[in-house]
Amino acid sequence: MASKKDFVKFDKVDKSYDGKVLVVKDLQLDIAEGEFITMLGPSGSGKTTCLMMLAGFETPTNGEIYLDGKAISSIPPHKRGIGMVFQNYALFPHMTVYENLAFPLRVRKIPKDEADKKIDKALSMVSLQGFAARMPGQLSGGQQQRVAVARSLVFDPQLVLMDEPLGALDKNLRESMQYEIKHIHESIGVTVVYVTHDQSEALTMSNRIAVFNDGKVQQLSSPDELYEKPVNSFVAEFIGENNTFGGEVSDISGGKCKVKLANAEILANPISVKGKGERTTVSLRPERALINPSTKMDNLHKGKIEEVIYHGDHTRVRINLLGNPEFILKVPNSSSNLDIKLGNEINIGWNSDDARALDPK
Amino acid sequence: MSSETKQILTTDGIPLEVSLKKAEKKNKIKAFLLVAPLLFFLIITYVFPIGDMLFRSVDDKMVTQMLPKTFKAMENWDGQELPDEEVFAAFHEDFIKLVVDKREGKLSTQLNYTKNGFKSIIKKLRRASKKFEEGNYKEQIMAVHKRWADVEYWRAIQRRAPEFTGQKYLKGMDMYVNEEGKIVSVEEDRRIHRVLWLRTLEIAFFVTVFCFLMAYPIAHLLATLPMKYSNLLMICVLLPFWTSLLVRTASWMILLQQQGIVNDFFVGIGLVADDNRPEMMYNKTGSYVAMTQILLPFMVLPLYSVMKTISPSLMRAGKSLGGTPFVAFWKVYFPLTIPGIGAGCLLVFILAIGYYITPALVGGASGTLISNQIAFHMKSTLDWSFASAMGLMLLSGVLVIYWLYNKIVGIDNIKLG
Repeated sequence: MASKKDFVKFDKVDKSYDGKVLVVKDLQLDIAEGEFITMLGPSGSGKTTCLMMLAGFETPTNGEIYLDGKAISSIPPHKRGIGMVFQNYALFPHMTVYENLAFPLRVRKIPKDEADKKIDKALSMVSLQGFAARMPGQLSGGQQQRVAVARSLVFDPQLVLMDEPLGALDKNLRESMQYEIKHIHESIGVTVVYVTHDQSEALTMSNRIAVFNDGKVQQLSSPDELYEKPVNSFVAEFIGENNTFGGEVSDISGGKCKVKLANAEILANPISVKGKGERTTVSLRPERALINPSTKMDNLHKGKIEEVIYHGDHTRVRINLLGNPEFILKVPNSSSNLDIKLGNEINIGWNSDDARALDPK
Repeated sequence: MSSETKQILTTDGIPLEVSLKKAEKKNKIKAFLLVAPLLFFLIITYVFPIGDMLFRSVDDKMVTQMLPKTFKAMENWDGQELPDEEVFAAFHEDFIKLVVDKREGKLSTQLNYTKNGFKSIIKKLRRASKKFEEGNYKEQIMAVHKRWADVEYWRAIQRRAPEFTGQKYLKGMDMYVNEEGKIVSVEEDRRIHRVLWLRTLEIAFFVTVFCFLMAYPIAHLLATLPMKYSNLLMICVLLPFWTSLLVRTASWMILLQQQGIVNDFFVGIGLVADDNRPEMMYNKTGSYVAMTQILLPFMVLPLYSVMKTISPSLMRAGKSLGGTPFVAFWKVYFPLTIPGIGAGCLLVFILAIGYYITPALVGGASGTLISNQIAFHMKSTLDWSFASAMGLMLLSGVLVIYWLYNKIVGIDNIKLG
C-alpha cells in the first residue's frame, strides 16, 4: 500500500478545558496510513483528549489537526467518516446487532442488499455470524466488544479510533481480543489509533506507541525500541520493569560515562547527560543483569539476596545492590544450578550499554 | 430417579425442603410484620372507602326500605294504568309510618331525584293524610293533588323498587331510563356531564402535551449539565413542588387576572390595548397555564431519571458513525427515553384528569373539570351516590388508560426513578 507518512497530523495542538491548565501541550504527531498507533499513558495524561479531538468531540484550543491533508477542526464529527470504538462499547441497546451495524450504512443511504453484504462481512470478521438478531443485552462483554469493533469498521472508514476498548473485559478475554484486533488490523489495513493505559496491550498490538505524560508525547517509537531504549526516566519507569540508580556523572568519554553513586561507581550509556557533574538516573532492565556472568561485563558488583519470589517460569530475586535495596533480577527457572538462597552474597554483572543514564527523577 | 425415591436430607435427617421452609418462615413472618401497619392503613384508608363508594353508587335500599309494602303490592301491577286500591292502601300505610318517624322528607328528596315534582305533593299528602278516613285510599290520595292521579308518578315510584340501581351511572353519562324502561339521552341543552367528561379529557391531554414539550429539554439539560449547574436547575424545578398547591394557584390568579402582572406586561409592550385586556383566567386558558406549571415536575423527574442513565457516549457513537445530530437524537437518544416519556405522560395525565383545586380556582365556568362536579355533588346537593358513581367512572377511566398503556407500551417499560 502506498502509504502516506502523515495521514493524520497533529500540528502544534494545545488543549485546555478551563483556560488555566493545558491538558495537551504543543502536540506534534504524524500517523502514517495503515499504521496501528497506540497512545499510552497514565490517566490524565491527555491521551483520551487527543482522541476526542481527532473524533471531533473536542476542539483544539490552538493548532490544527489534519486528516489526509485536510484540516478537520471545522468539520463536525458525523462528517469526518472516522470509525470509533468506545470504552463501554456504546452499542445502541434498543437495536439488534444487525440494526447497530446497519446504522452507519443507513445514514449513508447504502442500498439494503449491499448493506447486508457489508454487515455479513463485518460480523464474520469478528466471528459473530448468527448473532445478527440478538440484542446487545443478550451478549457477553467480549461479544459486545466485537460487535462494537465490527460496527466501527462496517462502513469502511479509513481511520478507526479505539478508546480503551478492552478496559472492561477480564484478563484472558482481553488478551485474546488483543490478538483479534491486531489480526483484523493486519487483514484490512485500516489506520488505527488506540488509546490505553495498559502497557502490555500497547506492546502487543502496536506498530508504534506514543507515550503520553503531562500533556506531552514523551517518546514515539516502536514497542521494542520503547522498551529497550527509553529516552527518559518516565518512559523507562512506565514501560516494563526497571532498576534505577541515582547518581552524578563523574566522567564522560567515548560513548560511556562514569556515574558516581553514594558509595560506588558504575559505567553507563549516556543518553540524556551531556557533561560532568550532572545528576542522572541510571536505568537497567532486570533481565539485562546476570548472576555470575560467564562473559566479561564492564560492570560487576556484589549484592546480597534479600528476597526470592517464585513466579512459575522465572524467579524474581530482590537484591540489595550498591545501596539500592529494590534491585530486581529475573532468573529463568531452567538455570537451577545457580546458588540463589536468601542471604547469600552474589556477583551481578551487566554491560554499560544497557545501563542508560537518563534525566534525574 | 424421582424426587420421592431420592429425597435430599440435611445432616439432621430432616428433608431439605422442610428444613428450608422452617428457616424461611421466620423471615417471612418478619417481612409481613414490617409491612403489616401499611397494609392495615391501606385497607382502612383505601380499600374500604373505595368499596364503600362502589356500594354507595349502586345502593338504592333507602327507598326500598321506606316503602316495603307499596313495592310488595306493586309486584302485581302492570304499570299501564293507575294502580288499584291495594297499592294505594299499602302506600298509605308505609307513608303514615314515615310521617310518624319524620322521614317523609327524605322520601320526597329521593323520589324527586327520579322525577321532579314529588317534593310538593308529598308535603301536601302529609298535611292531608291527617284527615284521611279509613278505606278507599285511592280516591283520597288522588284528591290531594292531580299528580297523584298521574300514572307517570306511580311509575317513577316503581322504578325505585330494586335495591340496586345503575341509574347514577347513566346520569353521569347524561342518560336515563325513560317511562318505557329504555336507556335514552337527556335533551341536548341539559347534557352537562358529557361536556365535562370531554373537557376533562381534552384539558388532561393538552396539559400532558404541554408538560412533555416543556419538560423534555429541561430534563435533558438537567441530565447533561455539570453537577453544580444541574443541582441549581433541579432546585428550580423542585421549588414549586415544595410550595403549597394553594399558594401556587393563588399566585397564578395574581399573575393572570385582567389587572394582573401578565396583562400589565402585555399592555406595557403594546401587545394589547389597555381597554381590551384578554381574559386569561376563569376560563380554559387559566386551567391550562396553572395545571401545566403545577404538573411539570411530574414530567421532568421521570424523564430526568431515564436520561441520566443514557451514556453520553451513545450520542457520540451515533455521530461518529455518520448520523447528523438530529439523526443521532431521533434514532438513538429519543427511543431510549421512551420509558421516561411513558411514565411522565401517564403520571401527568392521570393527575390532570382528577385535578380539582386549580380548575376550581382559576378555571371559571368553562375551565372546570369533572372532579369539580363530583365535589359539587358531595358538598352542595349531598347526592353522594351520584358523586360516588362519577368518582368510580373516573377511576375506571384511569384504569382503562393504564390498560391501554400497558398494551401499547408495556408497563415493564415504565421508569419512575
